[in-house]
Amino acid sequence: MSLADDLAAQQRSISVAEFFERNKHLLGFDSPTRGIITTIKEAVDNALDACEEAGVLPDIYLSIRKQDRDIYRIIVEDNGPGIVPAQVPYVFGKLLYGSRFHQIRQSRGQQGIGISAAVLYAQLTSGLPTLIISRTGPDQPAHLFSVRIDIETNEPDVVREEKVEWDRTHGTRIQIEFRSTLAAKKRLIEYLKYSSIVNPHARIMLEMDDETVLFDRVSDEVIACPESIKPHPHGIEIGQLRRMLHAGSGTLEQFLTGTFSRVGKKTAEEMCRGAGLSCTAEAHTLSPEEQRRLVETMQAVKVPPPPVSRCLSPIGEDLITRGLEKEFSMDFIRARTRPGSVFSGHPFIIEAAIGYGGKLPPEGNAQILRFANRVPLMYQQGACAITTSVAGITWKNYGISQAGLPTGPLLILVHVASTSVPFTSESKDAIASIPEIEKEIVLALQDLGRDLKVFLSRRDRNRLQEDRARAVCAILPDLAAKVSEIVECELPDISTIEGRIMRKLVVRKRVNEGVVTLEARNYTDTAASLSLYTISRQPGEAASPPPDFTTEHEGEFTQVWQVSLGAGEVWQTCYGGSGRGMIEVRGVDPRTLVLVDQDDDMDT
Amino acid sequence: MTIWTLDEQAAGRLTGIARKWYDQMREGLVPSISLPTRTKQNIAYDDASEVWKYGDRESTRSAGTAKSALHLLKMAYVIWFLKTQIRESRSSTLRELYYISEGWKKAKFQAQDESNFLIEDLEILTDMQREAFHLRPEEDGATVFGPLELREMTRRGKREIHCQDDVGEAGYQIPTNIETIELLRHDAKFVIAIETGGMYARLIENGFDSDHQAILVHLKGQPARSTRRILNRINSQFGLPVAVFTDGDPWSYRIFASVAYGAIKSAHISELLATPKAQFIGVQPSDIRDYNLPSDQLNEKDVAALKSELSDPRFASGYWKEQIGLQLKLNLKSEQQAFAAKGLDFVTKEYLPARLSDMGIL
Repeated sequence: MSLADDLAAQQRSISVAEFFERNKHLLGFDSPTRGIITTIKEAVDNALDACEEAGVLPDIYLSIRKQDRDIYRIIVEDNGPGIVPAQVPYVFGKLLYGSRFHQIRQSRGQQGIGISAAVLYAQLTSGLPTLIISRTGPDQPAHLFSVRIDIETNEPDVVREEKVEWDRTHGTRIQIEFRSTLAAKKRLIEYLKYSSIVNPHARIMLEMDDETVLFDRVSDEVIACPESIKPHPHGIEIGQLRRMLHAGSGTLEQFLTGTFSRVGKKTAEEMCRGAGLSCTAEAHTLSPEEQRRLVETMQAVKVPPPPVSRCLSPIGEDLITRGLEKEFSMDFIRARTRPGSVFSGHPFIIEAAIGYGGKLPPEGNAQILRFANRVPLMYQQGACAITTSVAGITWKNYGISQAGLPTGPLLILVHVASTSVPFTSESKDAIASIPEIEKEIVLALQDLGRDLKVFLSRRDRNRLQEDRARAVCAILPDLAAKVSEIVECELPDISTIEGRIMRKLVVRKRVNEGVVTLEARNYTDTAASLSLYTISRQPGEAASPPPDFTTEHEGEFTQVWQVSLGAGEVWQTCYGGSGRGMIEVRGVDPRTLVLVDQDDDMDT
Repeated sequence: MTIWTLDEQAAGRLTGIARKWYDQMREGLVPSISLPTRTKQNIAYDDASEVWKYGDRESTRSAGTAKSALHLLKMAYVIWFLKTQIRESRSSTLRELYYISEGWKKAKFQAQDESNFLIEDLEILTDMQREAFHLRPEEDGATVFGPLELREMTRRGKREIHCQDDVGEAGYQIPTNIETIELLRHDAKFVIAIETGGMYARLIENGFDSDHQAILVHLKGQPARSTRRILNRINSQFGLPVAVFTDGDPWSYRIFASVAYGAIKSAHISELLATPKAQFIGVQPSDIRDYNLPSDQLNEKDVAALKSELSDPRFASGYWKEQIGLQLKLNLKSEQQAFAAKGLDFVTKEYLPARLSDMGIL
């Protein structure tokens, strides 16, 4: 027997399921730690997509419980439209089975690999089938399935099917058990937190062993489900065109205008002429050579960009801002939704947001939140076009320091919404480097950078004023005291200087030999009315003028003065006491207020 | 001027600074202070006095910002401290001042550089030297040996000292504040300022001071202020020529330049410290060649320093251009003690007499 015969005996087809069993990393199941995140991610993505299609506000329940040693049981439940019983085994028990692959519109999942890959992973690590309950409406019974995947044939293997009672009127519940660890718990919570930012209409609840985390919705608006559009001639490839031609009927002109978006009679004629074909030729009779010429001309002929608004659903500047506000405490948040754009015939929209200050970590690299079609991208930050675009911007122009990536208390959010997000691999962790997309990201961030710069310079100006005020309040009195000691003269009154420098409202408490002096000086150019509170363990003795009211609670005395001050006016009260305790001012913009409690030791 | 009127003047001028602030505050003005900008760009050669001085650029610090207000507060504390110290006839070192500020809360210095710098500011503002504030530098003043008689006002009264007869082998120690010294009389023809202790001791041992009626001053490397000040005073009061004897390398030429023309750090008192008529003895690059002195190769830093001296206006004379050019060509440097290779007496019997005659001093 020849070697070729030998080899022939070994050659056989490989099932998709078998292929992915060997190449788990391609789907994000390369480690037990990652497996749990990928599963939750796929299930949540599906649930959100399903709710969007059904036009309901998503209510998602997640549960992760340790079963035995390193086996975890994961439950994901949604209030989506449910899946008709006949389809359930295929959706969960067959790889590459899905409804969205053939549609051209923005959606989270696409190829129908994700969740069935989790089923496969469960089967490989725990040996257990996956349990699914689904119900399509209140008048329909809920169905329970126990499903496996036949690895040889990539066909579902239904272990058990029965009608069950279920408290949800519609929705889907999946229960899956596999070997995993919760080592990446922080990242899992991060994933849900980020998901909730870009899906402000969703409510997600997570129960883990003894912990419950709720990500509530900030918007009650159901987001419009993006519509499918026809393919754009610029994004078409020969194999795809061939399949479409075979299925098509009628003349070539009818085929072109009917199958593609933005192709009218005139454009179709131009395409036919360019390819040397007749408009009236039967579409399905084209020879391979003619097909090749047609596809080439289709790329070359000028066609308006595909309609962006219908097939994409950007989050919107307002909702991004609200989503971020909900999860982060920052001093500055601004979001930008760019106009739609196109790469290789695929429409896309870039949205970005910048947050600054607040409780963000003051040092280190900026936090970059990456999203594609409302799904957070959790891994391979370095390989992503979003990251390289962020690093490519000169952040110093916007008052931000930079070491490759920008640094400081900065948060950057970028959302790429497209009918076809160009990922670098099937695990959908990083966006490929596409010049059109990178350009839009840079434009959005530069635009936001300019806003940030305005904010920062305004803040710095305020700080400068603050600095001046501090100089007056903390240092000048000491200087005056020392200088009068040197020249051996009485202490000069420096209040005129204070006013000159500060242009603020100054409230000052001084204690001198058992007398407390409260003083308010309005150096601003507008009138102010304020409430002055002191809280201490002693009541002020014989205050003049007396407080407008005094309360006592558990030995703490609160005194309140209501003070109205015109521009340039001064108010003062004195009372006996040690002056210990707190002083608080309300009714005044904190930015124009300087509170000096000289009871405090100003030294650090 | 007696030590007492000097004290009064110092305390008075310091108080004057505080008085100005006090008046500003009384008038409702933000206290401020103006000082010349202390950068290389603001150092200019003054043709009249032949020394380097600060230029016209001034900067004003006003207490309108926290930083400047704090600076003024620190200055006020220092003025207060110095005034008290002068009144109580106490003195302290610059380092002690820095430690004393520990108790000044907000006005505490963060580093000694900061307090040293502030003292220099006060010298500029009062047009007096820090010694007048009873502040001593850390380093000792150098020593003097030769036919010179002076009177020092010590803590224990006036002492008249002859710098050959009344001193030990090492000579008379110059106090840090030489304003307490009165130069009485001398029997000298010239002054030699010497960089290294070894050469200073060699000249004393060989009796060079008696043989040639020379006052020997030990510079101890880069000379302290008091050392430069006494050279200035001997030169101006007695009209004695001053010659500087150093190693033959670019760094030693800078020692000569600071004696002759002044230094950037003390440009505000260059007139008091510099001796523009001082002359350079050597070791000259031509001496290395002519006497075939033991020598070392120049390293990269030496070469860079020589080149920067070529563009330094202080070395802009034909003499220096020739000597530095020659040294770069020879690529050699020698120490002054290299003359020992020709015998211990060579420097005093042969080299110095010959060189000083050339210079017209002997």
